[in-house]
Amino acid sequence: MTTLTKQQQDPAARARRPKAAKPVQKSLIHRLGDLKVALFFIFPAMIGFVLFYLIPTIRGVYLSFTEYSILGEPTWIGMKNYTAMLGDELFWNAMAVTVQYVGLNIGFQTLIALGLALLMHRVAKSTFIRGALLLPFLVANVIVALLWFWMLDYQMGIVNEIINWMGLPRIAFFGSEQWAIPTIAAVNVWRHMGYTALLIFAGLQSIPNHVYEVASLDGSSATRTFWSITMPLLRPVMVLVLVVTVIGSFQVFDTVAVTTAGGPINASRVIQMYIYQKAFGESDFGYASALSVILFLILALVAFVQMKFLKGNESDLD
Amino acid sequence: MSTSTLTRKKSVNIVPVKKPVNWRRVGAWALVAVAVAVTVAPFLWMLRTALSSNHSLAANAGNLLPADFSLGAFKRVLGMQTPEEAIAEGGSGAAINFWLYLRNSVIFATVTTAGQVFFSAMAAYAFSRLRWPGRNVVFSLFLATMMVPPIFTALPNFLMIKNLGLLNTFAGMTLPFLFMTPFAIFFLRQFFLSMSREVEEAAMLDGAKHLRIFFQIVLPNAAAPLATLALLTFIGQWNEYFWPLLVGQDESVRVLTVGLGVFKSQSPQGAPDWTGLMAATLVAAIPVLLLFIAFGKKVVNSIGFSGIK
Repeated sequence: MTTLTKQQQDPAARARRPKAAKPVQKSLIHRLGDLKVALFFIFPAMIGFVLFYLIPTIRGVYLSFTEYSILGEPTWIGMKNYTAMLGDELFWNAMAVTVQYVGLNIGFQTLIALGLALLMHRVAKSTFIRGALLLPFLVANVIVALLWFWMLDYQMGIVNEIINWMGLPRIAFFGSEQWAIPTIAAVNVWRHMGYTALLIFAGLQSIPNHVYEVASLDGSSATRTFWSITMPLLRPVMVLVLVVTVIGSFQVFDTVAVTTAGGPINASRVIQMYIYQKAFGESDFGYASALSVILFLILALVAFVQMKFLKGNESDLD
Repeated sequence: MSTSTLTRKKSVNIVPVKKPVNWRRVGAWALVAVAVAVTVAPFLWMLRTALSSNHSLAANAGNLLPADFSLGAFKRVLGMQTPEEAIAEGGSGAAINFWLYLRNSVIFATVTTAGQVFFSAMAAYAFSRLRWPGRNVVFSLFLATMMVPPIFTALPNFLMIKNLGLLNTFAGMTLPFLFMTPFAIFFLRQFFLSMSREVEEAAMLDGAKHLRIFFQIVLPNAAAPLATLALLTFIGQWNEYFWPLLVGQDESVRVLTVGLGVFKSQSPQGAPDWTGLMAATLVAAIPVLLLFIAFGKKVVNSIGFSGIK
C-alpha cells in the first residue's frame, strides 16, 4: 500500500505544477486538459465500473434492508434482517466454521510458505522449482477439490490406503463433522502454499544483500540474522501477504461447494456457502444481502486491523 | 532478476570459505525435494487413475501403476464410447457433452480476457498519459472497488442479468468481466507510467492523435506486460466457478468447471466413476498446463509484481 499511495499523489503533484505557471487566459482550456480524449478512452471501463461495481454495491446495501424473494418488488423492512441475524443459529455456526477454517488455513499456509520462501531464497532459486510449486494454484479450485476428493476417499483413496497400511483406522475426511473443515483447509493449503511462498520470496529478494553481509561480518548466527534482520525487514511484505490471503480465505466457496456442499449437517457450511444457499436455495435475497454486508464489513475490519496493528505500511529499511 | 543473479554470485564466493561440507544445504535441498514431490505427486496420481479401469481400482487401490491400463476413461469423457460401453466400464452412461463445455470455456475465457485487457489498457492510458480534472478521484474510486468481495456484487449483478433476460447466455456470463477489473487497470497503469514518453512526445509534435499513439506506440511497447496480464486473466477466467454457476447453468453455456461439478454428482448409486472423473479433470486442466509449460517463466516472474507491487 505504500507504493500505491505514493504513486497516486505523484501525478497529481506533477499535473498541478505547470498549471500555475501558465497565463490566465489559457487556464480554462488547461483545466479541462485532455478531458474529451480521456472520456473516450475511459468510457468502456466506466460502463463496467458503474454497472457492475458501483450500482451493485449500492443496490446490495439497499437490498439488505428489504425483504425480497426475486418475485415482485423488494419491501423495506429496516433493520429486521440484521436483528434476525442475531438470533440465527445457522449464521453464528457459519461464522464459527469460517473462522475455524481461516485460522487453520492461514496458520499452516503462512508457516509452510515462509519456510518454502526461505528455502527458495537460500538454496533453490531455479524457475523450474518455483514453477512446480506454483502449479496447484494455476489449476481450477474445482479440479483441485475433485482430485483430493478422490485421493481422500474413505474406501479407495490413496491416503486412506497409506493410513490403513500403517495399521491405523481409516478417516472419513469429507464425511465426518470433525474432519470436514480441517480437510478443506488442508486442501487449500496445498493449493496456495506455492503461490504464497512466491509472494514472500519476492519480498525476500527486495532485502538488499549488504544488510546480510554486514550481519555476517559482525558474526551474527543464521538464526539470529533471521529473527533480527530478515523478519523485521520482511514485515511489510508479510502483512500484505496476510491481508490478501486472509481476505481470500474468508471467501472460501468452490472447494466446499464441490466436496461437501456445507455438510455433513452444518459442519462445513462456511459463510459464503450460507449466503449462496439463502439466496439461491431459499430465494431470500434480502437476508443474503445483509449477510454479505456483514461479510464485507468483517473483511474491511480485518484489513484495517492488520494494516494498523502490524504497521504494514511502514518499512524498517529507511 | 539481475539482482538475484548478483546475490547468487556473491554468496557462492563467500560460502565455500566458511562452510566446507554443508549438511544444512543438503537438508535444505531435501526439504525442497519433499515440497516439490508433495506438489507434483497428486497430479501423477490423477493421470494414473485416469489410465486405470474402474473395475480394477478397488483391488489395486495402493498400486502405483495404472490398475488394468485402459484408455476407456478418456474415451468416455470425450464422448467416444456408446452409453452401453460406458456403463459396462463403470460410467454413468449419461452424455456429459465434454466438447460443448470445452467450447463454452474457450469462448467465456477468451472473450472476457480480450475485452478486459483491451478496455483496461484504454483506461490505463487515460490514467497515465492524459490530464483531466477528477482523474485521481476516479482512479481512487476504481482502486477502492478492489476491496469489495465478489460475493457482495454477485447477488445484485445476478438480479440485473436476470432482469435483463440474459440468464444462460454468453452475454450474461461475460458482461461483468468484459470492461475492466480494478487490478488490470492498476497493473497496466504502473507499466505505462514507467515507460519512456520520448517517442510519444515526438509523435505528438508531428501531429499524431492520441488514438494513433495508443495503438501504434503504447500498445506495441507494452506487449510484454499486456501478454502477462492476458495470461493471468485467461487462467483466472478459465478457472472461474462462482459466476458461471449462478448465471450459466444451462447446458448450452455451461463451462467446464461447472460441468465437472455436475459430472461428479452424476454417477449412479454405486461406486463413483473415479477414472472418468480424473480423466475429465485432467483434460480440463490441459489448456492451463500447456500455457504454463509455454509461458511458465513469465507467470512465475510476474507473481512478485502482481501480488505485492
